[in-house]
Amino acid sequence: MTNDISSSLRPALVMTGLFAILLGLAYPLAMTGIGQALFPRQANGSLVTESGRVIGSTVVGQAFTSERYFNTRPSAAGASDQGGYDGLASSGSNLGPASQALHDRVQADLQRMQAATPGRPVPSDLVTTSASGLDPDISPEAALYQVDRVARARGFEPDALRRLVAGSIEEPVLGFIGERRVNVFELNRRLDALRAKPVR
Amino acid sequence: MTFQGWLYIAAFVGVLLALTKPMGLWLHALYEGRRTPLHRVLGPVERGFYKLSGINPDEDQPWHRYAVHMLVFNAVLLLLTYAVLRLQGVLPLNGLGYAGIGADGAFNTAVSFTTNTNWQWYVGEAVMSNLSQMFALTIHNFLSAATGIALAFALFRGFARRSATGIGNFWADITRVTLYLLLPACVVYTLYLIAAGVPQTLAASVDVSTLEGVKQTLALGPVASQEAIKMLGTNGGGFFNANSAHPFENPDVLTNFVQMLSIFVIGTGMTWCFGKAVGNTRQGWAILAAMMTIFLIGTAVVYWQEAVGNPVLHHLGVAGGNMEGKEVRFGVVASALFSVVTTAASCGAVNAMHDSFTALGGMIPLFNMQLGEVVVGGVGAGIYGFLLFAILAVFVAGLMVGRTPEYVGKKIESREVKLAVLAIAVLPLVILGMTAVASVLPAGLAGPLNKGPHGFSEILYAFTSAVGNNGSAFAGLSAGTPFYNGMLGVAMWLGRFFVIVPMLAIAGSLAAKRYTPETAGSFPTTGLLWTGLLIGIVLIVGGLTFLPSLALGPVADHLAMIRGQLF
Repeated sequence: MTNDISSSLRPALVMTGLFAILLGLAYPLAMTGIGQALFPRQANGSLVTESGRVIGSTVVGQAFTSERYFNTRPSAAGASDQGGYDGLASSGSNLGPASQALHDRVQADLQRMQAATPGRPVPSDLVTTSASGLDPDISPEAALYQVDRVARARGFEPDALRRLVAGSIEEPVLGFIGERRVNVFELNRRLDALRAKPVR
Repeated sequence: MTFQGWLYIAAFVGVLLALTKPMGLWLHALYEGRRTPLHRVLGPVERGFYKLSGINPDEDQPWHRYAVHMLVFNAVLLLLTYAVLRLQGVLPLNGLGYAGIGADGAFNTAVSFTTNTNWQWYVGEAVMSNLSQMFALTIHNFLSAATGIALAFALFRGFARRSATGIGNFWADITRVTLYLLLPACVVYTLYLIAAGVPQTLAASVDVSTLEGVKQTLALGPVASQEAIKMLGTNGGGFFNANSAHPFENPDVLTNFVQMLSIFVIGTGMTWCFGKAVGNTRQGWAILAAMMTIFLIGTAVVYWQEAVGNPVLHHLGVAGGNMEGKEVRFGVVASALFSVVTTAASCGAVNAMHDSFTALGGMIPLFNMQLGEVVVGGVGAGIYGFLLFAILAVFVAGLMVGRTPEYVGKKIESREVKLAVLAIAVLPLVILGMTAVASVLPAGLAGPLNKGPHGFSEILYAFTSAVGNNGSAFAGLSAGTPFYNGMLGVAMWLGRFFVIVPMLAIAGSLAAKRYTPETAGSFPTTGLLWTGLLIGIVLIVGGLTFLPSLALGPVADHLAMIRGQLF
C-alpha cells in the first residue's frame, strides 16, 4: 500500500502537467486557430453586421416585443422585466407542470395576445419559455398567428407577409430530423427589407 | 406522438447499432494495447509521456496498485482545478473580469469535473473565465472519461485473464484512450461543430445592437472544443448555463442528432469490446439488448407524456405538447429522446429543461439515474456498473438452479457477490440519506424553486444526479450555497470512488481465478432468458429501493397536475 502510493507520486504529478498542457492549452488553442482560419464566420458567433454595427447572430435569438416585428417566445434568460434574451444568463424558467407561477404567467400572456388577436387559438410556443431563453425560432403557426398584427402595424397586405413567412420556413432534414420552424431574426430582417418597396 | 417522431427515434437507434461494432473494434485494439494507424503520428507523444513521468507501460499492476495510482492521479487533478478556479481572477484569458471562485463553489466544481459528473451550480457564461473553461474544466472532460474506460478495461481483464496477478497498467490505459480515441475524435468533432455554428474564439463576448435597438451582450469563447469532449466523454458540463439547449452549443437539428449519438457511441462500443475481450461477442450483444430494452421503454414513456402535454395549460386553452422549457428546433421528440439518452448514460447534458417536463416525463430521467446509469451508461462506468448487476444476476440464477454461479468462464463466489452488493448499495444509501437530510434542514429547504411535491423532486433529483455522476438537474434548485455545494460535492465523490474501488477488487479477484469451461449445466448468459433476467435484476435491485421516493415526488406531482391542483 505504502509502496503503491509512493510509486504513484511522480507519474501522477508529471502526467497531470503533461495532460494539462496537451488537453487544456494545446488542444483548445489549436482548434481555435484552425476554426478561425477555416470557418471565421461561425467561429465568431455567426454575427451579422450592418453599417459597421453588429445587429445580431443568425444562431442565437434576440428579443422582439414590438408589434411591428414578429415576436420571439417569452424568455427566462436574465431579469424578466428586461424582456429576457440575456446573452450572459441563458436559462429556462424551470417551473414545474403544476406550478401556480407557470399557470399565472401563461394566463396573463394569453389574455394579452387574445386582446390583440381575438378569436384565434394561441400556438403553444408563444406562451412558453424556451430551454435556453435564447431560442432563435418560432413555429410556422406562431409566425402566421402574428401576420395580421404586424401587417396592421406596418400598413402591409397580410397576404404579402404570409408569403414572407412561407418562404422563411425551415423544414426538417430528410423530412423527420428536427421541427418545422422560422428563424425570427432572419424573418424580421426580410420584413425590414420589405419596407423599402411597399406592397399594396 | 407522430410517425415522424417514431421515425426519428428509430433512426437514432439504427445509426447507434450500426456504429457499435466499429467502435467496439477500435476500443478492443486499445484494450489490448495493439498498434493503430494513429500510432504513426501520436506514438512519439505516448512514449514521451511515459519517459518523462517514469512509467513502464508494460508493468502489470495488481488491482490495489491500479486503484491507488488512479486515486492519487485524480486527487492531483482535483487540486489543480481547485487552484485554477480560486485564482481565476488573477489568471489570463478573463475578458469579462470574473473574480476567483469561492471555496465551497471551487470544491464542488473540482469534484464535479473530476468524477465525470459535471454538476454545475454556476452559470458558466457569468462565472467562468475562458481559461477556467479550457484549462480547469476541459482536461477533466478528457481524463475522467479516459479513467472510466480504463477502469472498465481493468474489469474486462479480470474476466478474461486466467490465474493472473495483474489487471493492466492504469497509465498506459488512460494515455492510449486519450491519445488514440478521445483526442483525435474530438479534433474532427470540434471542426464539425464549428462549421455548424458553434463558436471557437478566445474573445469573451460581443455586443449586439438588436433590430429593436436594444443592447444584447452575447457570451463567446472556445465553446466547440469543450462541447465535443463534453458529449463524447459523457461529461455533460455545458459552457453555458443552458447547456445543449443554448443555440451556441447545439445550433441546429443535425448537431442535436450527432450530440445524442456521441453520448452513447463509446458506451455501446464498450459492450461489444467486452464480448470480444471474453471471447464471445454474443455476451456483449446480450448486455446491449437488455440495455436497449430498458432505454426504449423509458423513451416511449417520456415521448408519450411530453406529447400529451400539460393538462393545466390545456385547461387555459393552450393546445398540444409540453413546450415549456423546450426549444422550437428540437420540439417534443428530440427533447424527450435527448433527456433519456443523457440520463441513461451518465452524461447530464440537456437540450431541454427537465424541471419543466410533465411529472411522469421528468420521472424517467430521474429513474434512469437511480438505476445506476447502467443503461449504456457513462463511458466505461456504464459497462462496469452493468457487470456488477450481471454478477448479481448469475448469483440469483445460481440460487435458483442450485449451482455455483459462473459468468463468462469465471466462478462467481461469495467475495465477488459481497463486493458487488457493496458497490451497488452506495447509490440508495447516499441518495436517499442525503435527500432526507436536505428535506428537513432549513438550508436544504431553501433550495427548491417550485413548491409542493415538485420541490421535493428537485432535491431528490440533485442528489440522484450527484451520486450517479450524471450532472443534469431539475435546475430550479438554487444549488450554489455552501450547504448544497458541500453535500453534493461529497455525494459525487462517494458515488464515483465507492463504486470503483470494490469494482477493482472484483477485477483483481476474478483475474486470479482459473478458467471454468462452460458445461451443459451452466446457466447460459447469451440468450433471451438471460437478457430478461438482467432487465429484471436491474429494475428490481436498482429501482425498487427508490419507488417510495418517486411516489412522494413525481407521482404526487402527476396526480396534482391532472387534478389541476397548483402549488
